[in-house]
Amino acid sequence: MWRIVGENITQQFNRRTIFRNISFEIKSGESLVLIGPNGSGKTTLIRIICHLLRPTAGKVTYLNEGKRISFEELQPHLGLVGPYLQLYNNLTAFENYTFFSKIRGLPVDVERFRDLMKRLGLAGREMDELRTYSSGMLQRMKYVCALIHDPDVLILDEPTSNLDEEGVQIVYRIIEEQKRDKILILATNEPGEFRFGDKQIHIAA
Amino acid sequence: MTSRSTLLHKAWYVFQKDLHQEFRTRYAINAIFLFAVTTLIVVSFSIGPAGLSAQVLSPLLWIIIFFSAMSGLSHIFVREEEQQTSDTLRLVAPANAIFLGKWLFNAVLLIGLEILIVPLYLIFMNLEVKNPGGFAAIILLGSLGVSTVATIIAAIISRASARGALFAVLSFPITLPILVSAIHGTGMAIAGRPMVEMMGDYQILFAFLVVIFTASVLLFEFIWII
Repeated sequence: MWRIVGENITQQFNRRTIFRNISFEIKSGESLVLIGPNGSGKTTLIRIICHLLRPTAGKVTYLNEGKRISFEELQPHLGLVGPYLQLYNNLTAFENYTFFSKIRGLPVDVERFRDLMKRLGLAGREMDELRTYSSGMLQRMKYVCALIHDPDVLILDEPTSNLDEEGVQIVYRIIEEQKRDKILILATNEPGEFRFGDKQIHIAA
Repeated sequence: MTSRSTLLHKAWYVFQKDLHQEFRTRYAINAIFLFAVTTLIVVSFSIGPAGLSAQVLSPLLWIIIFFSAMSGLSHIFVREEEQQTSDTLRLVAPANAIFLGKWLFNAVLLIGLEILIVPLYLIFMNLEVKNPGGFAAIILLGSLGVSTVATIIAAIISRASARGALFAVLSFPITLPILVSAIHGTGMAIAGRPMVEMMGDYQILFAFLVVIFTASVLLFEFIWII
């Protein structure tokens, strides 16, 4: 059982306060949706949860089976898809997959790679450099790399950006599977995606 | 799924990934080798085999090495920022593994450059090194020091707007103790002085390498996580 607890998180850039005193708690089998207009700080909060940004005040605590763990211990169990997370465009899809598998301490499972590529509608493009991919294909490839390790915590920022209808449906199936027994955190502006959250945080601009 | 990779494994994977990318784009390799070869040719044409003393030839060699390093070693972190992959890397790998992988890449690149440039320099300058073992050890220790400084400074400047200028400006004062000892030691090795007389330079270079490497490993996480 995984738990992520945010306590009184405040973020300021220079003198501008982005948000103040946001608290939340989410555990395996739950989903949290961050809702707010552009510029309200959804991405900033996600970056704080993922240890990509230090908050001005407050803290995020990670727990596994009731025991507090460091971010480094959570890292192998975390998957993130967001517009600011780019893959290595001058490497092929398979080379990206190989790198992310190895760095996560996993064997390079070619069958799983093929399955993920097929599931995300990218079959046949395994050996192409990512710079030849369209923006929608790159978004799909981000899911391939985020799902390599079947993460216990999946965080999606603007999960369906750049995707066509087929891609959107693929992502919705991934979301439904993830929220069944794992942690899902979603930041979105799409009203149709609010339903995925058992809990919601409304962030005002 | 459990993690089976140690820190050193992860550092090795970061190194492999950077090497793979570099051989595909050749950005840093082109920059550093072209600068070194151009400078070497300019120096050799302007001076030639004029029989200059070791006290002059030694600084010239280190000028070529230092400025070649400055022309390409910052790329290791700048590339991650420019391609917006630094957040991806932050997410999947511990900071120390990233530093070690990137340091290894820069050290290999600089030593690879020297394997090409130093023999050419000796040939063009018609220079005979009378203490080759001491000479190689000084070049190796100095290069490891320069690549360590270059790696940590590259991490610091990678998000700045005027990266190129900042890299050289910040690196030079920190590299100065390395350059002073390396130039002195190289001159002594060319002149054929015994190892025991060069021990002071070795000690300074080794001590500086240990200090700057340890400080870099300890401080890197604070630089790397915004």
